[in-house]
Amino acid sequence: MFGKLKFTDIPTDPLILSVVIGMIVGAVAIIAALTYFKKWGYLWKEWLTSVDHKKIGIMYIIFAVVMLLRGFADGIMMRTQQAMALGANQGYMDAHHFDQIFSAHGTIMIIFVAMPFMFGLMNLVIPQQIGARDVAFPLLNSISLWFTIAGGGLMMISLAIGEFSNTGWTGLAPLFEKEFNPGVGVDYWMWAFQIAGIGSTLGGVNFFTTIIKMRAPGMKLMKMPLFTWTSLTANVLIIISFPVITAALFLLTMDRYLGMHIFTNELGGNMMLWNNLFWMWGHPEVYIVVLPAFGVFSEVVATFSRKRIFGYKSLVYATAVIMILSFIVWLHHFFTMANNPNVNIFFGITTMMIAIPTGVKVYDWLFTMYRGRIVFTTPMYWTLGFLVLFVLGGMTGVLMAIPPADFMVHNSLFLIAHFHNVLIPGALFGYLAGFNYWFPKAFGFRLNERWGKLSFWGWAVGFFLAFMPLYVAGFMGMPRRMAHYNNPEWQPYLIVATVGTLIIGFGIFAMLVQLFLSVKNRKKNRDLTGDAWGYGRTLEWHTASPAADYNFAIIPHVKEIDDFARMKADGTAFKQPEKYYPIVMPKNKPYGPIIGALAIAFGFAMVWYIWWLAVASLLAIIATVIFIGFDNDNEYVIPAGEVKRIEDERFEIMSVASDQNIINEKEEK
Amino acid sequence: MIRKKYLKNLFKGVGFLGLAFLLSGCEKMIVFNSKGPIGQQQAQLIIVAFALMLIVVIPVFVMVILFSRRYRASNKKANYQPDWHDSHKVEWVIWSIPVAIIIVLATLTWKYTHALDPYKPIKSDKEALQVEVISTDWNWLFVYPDENVATINELVIESGRPVRFKLTSATVMTSFFIPQLGGQIYAMAGMQTQLNLLADEPGVYHGQNIEYSGTGYHTMHFNVIAKSPEDFAAWIQQAKQSPEALSTERYQEISGKQIENYPITTFSSVVPNLFHDVMAPYMEWMGHGTMPSSHDNMHAPDHSGHEMHNNEHAGHDMPEHEMATDTMKMNH
Repeated sequence: MFGKLKFTDIPTDPLILSVVIGMIVGAVAIIAALTYFKKWGYLWKEWLTSVDHKKIGIMYIIFAVVMLLRGFADGIMMRTQQAMALGANQGYMDAHHFDQIFSAHGTIMIIFVAMPFMFGLMNLVIPQQIGARDVAFPLLNSISLWFTIAGGGLMMISLAIGEFSNTGWTGLAPLFEKEFNPGVGVDYWMWAFQIAGIGSTLGGVNFFTTIIKMRAPGMKLMKMPLFTWTSLTANVLIIISFPVITAALFLLTMDRYLGMHIFTNELGGNMMLWNNLFWMWGHPEVYIVVLPAFGVFSEVVATFSRKRIFGYKSLVYATAVIMILSFIVWLHHFFTMANNPNVNIFFGITTMMIAIPTGVKVYDWLFTMYRGRIVFTTPMYWTLGFLVLFVLGGMTGVLMAIPPADFMVHNSLFLIAHFHNVLIPGALFGYLAGFNYWFPKAFGFRLNERWGKLSFWGWAVGFFLAFMPLYVAGFMGMPRRMAHYNNPEWQPYLIVATVGTLIIGFGIFAMLVQLFLSVKNRKKNRDLTGDAWGYGRTLEWHTASPAADYNFAIIPHVKEIDDFARMKADGTAFKQPEKYYPIVMPKNKPYGPIIGALAIAFGFAMVWYIWWLAVASLLAIIATVIFIGFDNDNEYVIPAGEVKRIEDERFEIMSVASDQNIINEKEEK
Repeated sequence: MIRKKYLKNLFKGVGFLGLAFLLSGCEKMIVFNSKGPIGQQQAQLIIVAFALMLIVVIPVFVMVILFSRRYRASNKKANYQPDWHDSHKVEWVIWSIPVAIIIVLATLTWKYTHALDPYKPIKSDKEALQVEVISTDWNWLFVYPDENVATINELVIESGRPVRFKLTSATVMTSFFIPQLGGQIYAMAGMQTQLNLLADEPGVYHGQNIEYSGTGYHTMHFNVIAKSPEDFAAWIQQAKQSPEALSTERYQEISGKQIENYPITTFSSVVPNLFHDVMAPYMEWMGHGTMPSSHDNMHAPDHSGHEMHNNEHAGHDMPEHEMATDTMKMNH
């Protein structure tokens, strides 16, 4: 009935148990609150089943932030363990526990923080930025979200029931084979990854189609905002690379469930194949999460330098070059696998070539600031912090692209420092810049600047202290993933790194305070015009904050790059159109959460060999998908009169706001 | 005002402390304190590459500070050109300088990847010392085929004489790394990889597995003792007197189950063909001995500059076999 699952699979380790109890208490509290305030209906109708890209975006980001907290907790546990576990001191956890934590940390941060945060921002912004009313496939969008959440749910369940993988976020062949890893840990990792990956592939298809097909008339490719451009390239990467990991995980499934020998030591299996397949996805994945962040920086730096972006074409071509090159560098993740030197040279040189377009981008952003009028808002802080810190990571990356140099630092803490140095300033700072930048667009009020900046300083200083010592420890020969070590010279650096992590913890705390205070004082920071910062250049600032369900009452005709800046210059930006038309919008549908719930059931059943449930949930997913095909009741019409009512209200508010702005400006002078 | 000054001083103080802290690590950064020619060249390469990249990186720091000070919104005196967004001159410079640097780096990469190919024998008057390395869960076994002795979790080599390692794994993938002598290489079951290193001077160096291989991974470190030629000869003689012998049974005891920190032992004799027999079970199904090594697989068939890749190890590679290490047959 329950497959392999037994009561003894619930961990009794006090540390894990307390976390699990905390999670359950939290969940019960939320359920109780929802019931008490009778919000279940609202939650279900307005949010969970929503196909509105703006709401889906917000749900993606909430999910990413929750998972960020979990991933950060894993990070701080690892740092504390390594700061302690020298010589006679074994630290506070055993190697098996430590190994699960580093595996969970990596999986969570990449698959369940970076990816959903990125999709969240794309959802929030892209349709509005290209002058569309929704994405190309709104229901598919909801299903993508729920696949991602299902994968994350499976991750969280692994904490409470059974164990997690100990083979790192990348998986390690043949260590993840049944022979070496008979437990459920690897299966949890595999299914969580697989399910979320399907969500990402569908999301990639959706946004690729949206950007290609749904742009407002007049918005040629070379007039698209840069965030849309970088997202387009990221989605190309998703569509091409995710099937590789889906197939690779499927092959591993056959090894583990059907006793095949694809990545095994024996019977013709080849562990080197896994390294190749994984990184054929894994390297483009780095750019999938980094490129959209580059897009955010491009938007932010132009807006707050109050100037058009410098070298638009250059930035577009640089992005495209990065997209293409990212497919032919994967082997640099294993130069040390005894490859022919010429093979290593090829992949080494393609890798360092990526530094060229990336360097160009950095300089384009700098020249955007040149002769600007820079306003130092929170998003701009994140951008400047990125520029300074990211180039360090780029430098160490080029260094590791030289195979003989890589032989010395591969798999050491130097590598750990490098990829955190790329992903934290490169991707996460970008997402947080975007979060602060577009928050008023999503909710109609700006975030608290003071705590936003404090959060930035916590992250920036904490990051520096947490990872610079790891570069040094890497040069001192310290391997990654050490649950315990005997070399006392490494310890001081690990202690400083732990302090750095605590400062990052302050950054996260400040972010939560920022959210709390901003919601509390939301009336003070209300954005009435839709152009929340006053310097908006792209179309998303043309809509109300938050935008109406249909985003644009009248689809704009685009004439130039930064078309909203053009409209403001022409004086046409805030003119009310004379006539409105009825608008057709997609209806909310419950299929997303239904498929998500079935996907969790399927994953859980596969992990524990509960075959009847696996078969039943898989059949139910297929049945649901077929049923969707027969459901034709999926659109509704907003009558022209209703559109007019909503828009009149908006222009009313706007006229008040513009009077106020004139008063404010006079006071400033 | 006062507060700003205070903050500035605070930052300066923290900066100096941090710098001092990082510099104090310099001597201990063993990657830069190499005791062999391979490691020294690799360390030099790291330094040269860093220096080249600073050409691009330092202007970024300078410009971030300069531009954000000069063009801050409150500085109304600064030149404001909201429509200045394109300049061919600037574009030429920002594309061509990185291109030039990468061309230099690519040339260095070409040269040094060949020069420092781990498979390339180190030039020397002395014949290389052969060592066969077998990684198990979770210990390192070192077999000296010419001397017919072996050690576990301690490697003894002769200073001034090249060492040629042949590596394989009795279990999952591992990576063999002696930071003070040179770079690492993976060890994989059913396959043989190679590494050539040299210690210039006698001493004790740190060696370790640097590829995660299961819960005992963190215990897989060992000392590398480089002895002078006389001491090394004496050590070999001494080793041959050891009461311990590495028999088939003894090997199975070491590799058959997961053991952390197996006591350091010297073996006076080794069962013949042990290294080959560790790989054999994984190659059996394909008719072992006929398959090329992993290195050869990835090499172009005609590879004159690297004859050793082709001639050396016609023989061991490609995975294979029926079961785990504990059921492997020693003689077949």
